Amino acid sequence: MSEDSVVSSEHGMFGVGGTGDTSGFGGLQRLAVPVLESQRPFGGDFDEVVDALEEAYPQFGDAIERVVVDRGELTLHIVPAKIAEVCQVMRDDMALRYELLSSVSGVDYLGTDERRLHVAYQLTSMTYRRRIRLECAVTAQDPHLPSVTNIYPTADWQERETYDMFGIIFDGHPNLTRILMPDDWEGHPQRKDYPLGGVPVEYKGAEIPPPDQRRTYR
Amino acid sequence: MSYAPERETTEGRVFTVTGGDWADVVGAHDPVHDERIVVNMGPQHPSTHGVLRLVLELEGETVTDCRLVVGYLHTGIEKNLEYRNWTQGSTFVTRMDYLAPIFNETGYSLAVEKLLGIVEQIPDRATTIRVMMMELNRISSHLVWLATTGMELGALSMMIYGFREREFILDIFEMITGLRMNMAYVRPGGVAQDVPAEAIKKIKEFLGFMPKRLNEYEDLLSGQPIWLARTKGVAVLDVTGCLALGITGPVLRSAGLGWDLRKTMPYCGYETYQFDVPTSDDADVWGRYQVRLNEMRESLKIIQQCLDRLRPGAIMVEDKKIAWPAQLAMGVDGLGNSLEHIAKIMGQSMESLIHHFKLVTEGFRVPAGQVYVQIEAPRGELGVHAVSDGGTRPYRVHYREPSFVNLQAIPAMAEGGLLADVIAGGASLDPVMGGCDR
Repeated sequence: MSEDSVVSSEHGMFGVGGTGDTSGFGGLQRLAVPVLESQRPFGGDFDEVVDALEEAYPQFGDAIERVVVDRGELTLHIVPAKIAEVCQVMRDDMALRYELLSSVSGVDYLGTDERRLHVAYQLTSMTYRRRIRLECAVTAQDPHLPSVTNIYPTADWQERETYDMFGIIFDGHPNLTRILMPDDWEGHPQRKDYPLGGVPVEYKGAEIPPPDQRRTYR
Repeated sequence: MSYAPERETTEGRVFTVTGGDWADVVGAHDPVHDERIVVNMGPQHPSTHGVLRLVLELEGETVTDCRLVVGYLHTGIEKNLEYRNWTQGSTFVTRMDYLAPIFNETGYSLAVEKLLGIVEQIPDRATTIRVMMMELNRISSHLVWLATTGMELGALSMMIYGFREREFILDIFEMITGLRMNMAYVRPGGVAQDVPAEAIKKIKEFLGFMPKRLNEYEDLLSGQPIWLARTKGVAVLDVTGCLALGITGPVLRSAGLGWDLRKTMPYCGYETYQFDVPTSDDADVWGRYQVRLNEMRESLKIIQQCLDRLRPGAIMVEDKKIAWPAQLAMGVDGLGNSLEHIAKIMGQSMESLIHHFKLVTEGFRVPAGQVYVQIEAPRGELGVHAVSDGGTRPYRVHYREPSFVNLQAIPAMAEGGLLADVIAGGASLDPVMGGCDR
């Protein structure tokens, strides 16, 4: 694990800071997720993987934004337009051989990153028994990414779910429709700015507030 | 004047109604080969394992096109997690794949522990209990598969036997956790409570009779002509197809690739257990049946080894800033806080009371970052992508559910085959819609 991977430290008992408010009226607070970047050597066989990709993929310098090694996991941040090309190399190069795309999912870093919508691709190499994460970041105004369904057909439903939940548009996907939410649903529920509903209760018109507005112990 | 030719019969006058070019229209179509109909199967259908909907285009009895519609059981568990603390997450994730709750919990707990950096600190006893519970759960899940698939393919008695033995495992779960399903037993840091002595006795009893019962199932099904006809050469999917579609678990192993995360990327100390990874070369429903049946036998071996190495000790991580403060005990009204713990926090230790209060109301903080943890669930790779912003609640948790990913294989298996084989092929994937839709 690299030095800068230690990004949060406990301070005081259970991390009480500022006023030490224990009333709960402070409400739910989301912290800014820090941006990490690791330098060589990455440790383990991570250097080997990055070297192999650099050798097999001539546009490595333009496509890789940064490399992060955290908690024993390697993450490559990829320029969104290049993700399909990188996946193709990751799958086909004999020194990489990431045959299985385990998972595609999104994360919304609202308020932390201007390109707030991230897509994480978890790749597994069965030959070398390695895992790697590729991550792309796009803005909510232009949430376009090339689809990787041509390379990994398993991405079909997983990209549809990511579109459904985050509104990320995968260009070239054969059938990018909603999958878990109803077809006529509006909005993308996993976005952090998606409005949450409260629950009306039968007492003098009261309403249980939505979860993000409740009195809460931080 | 009559509009149609008529003739007198003993039943009365019969009109033969024709008109226009109707005869030509009918004659131009071959009723056997051109008849395409679209059938909607599900979402309420006994053999779609919950609320799965299949839109099938049929030509006679042959399926020419198959599309799946999922999402009927979407309950927003991943979104809900973001507004509860990390410990409460166990209670949510256990409800995803309701046939494999222990796997959902363990995957989640391993992810949270990796984020916290306490993987090394989990007590041996807790890890052994997790492995034992996972393997019991694997057997109970495979039993439901065997029972329901048997029922769908016409072996009704298999359903009764499968559920009978599963019930025994659920009784063991109830003894250990207090609940039959959705137990929230595996928690970040360890497990909720220790295994009582009578449960160990019951597990030993189970290990005693189960091998014989598995042989009985095999005697019941394996030589049965109908069972053979319904499974052999049905819904074939080879290794290439599996990898392209991301299919893992028994379906991949039935195609001949012995990829089992317990062996290939071990977790929870699986590398220290003696067991084999059953495979088959058939790549069909029969192969998946063989693989699952043999996996149950291997799970029994692992459970025996767990019992042998179960030593007294802690079941929750030492760190008092993380460990759930309760000591649960079974009371007359079910599982609850033990009287000793209440006496301690209310009467003896102020610090224990503070810990209890802070952990229960606020929860522990998890350093910012993201991890992906994958474990071998009964249906394949269960992956947990957990992201923390450094706070007391998950920032994002995504489950890579094997049911969700594996269901994509149904069109590849079904198209070109018979309608009846859609049932066999779909069942052989063992989808659980609670997991698929989350």
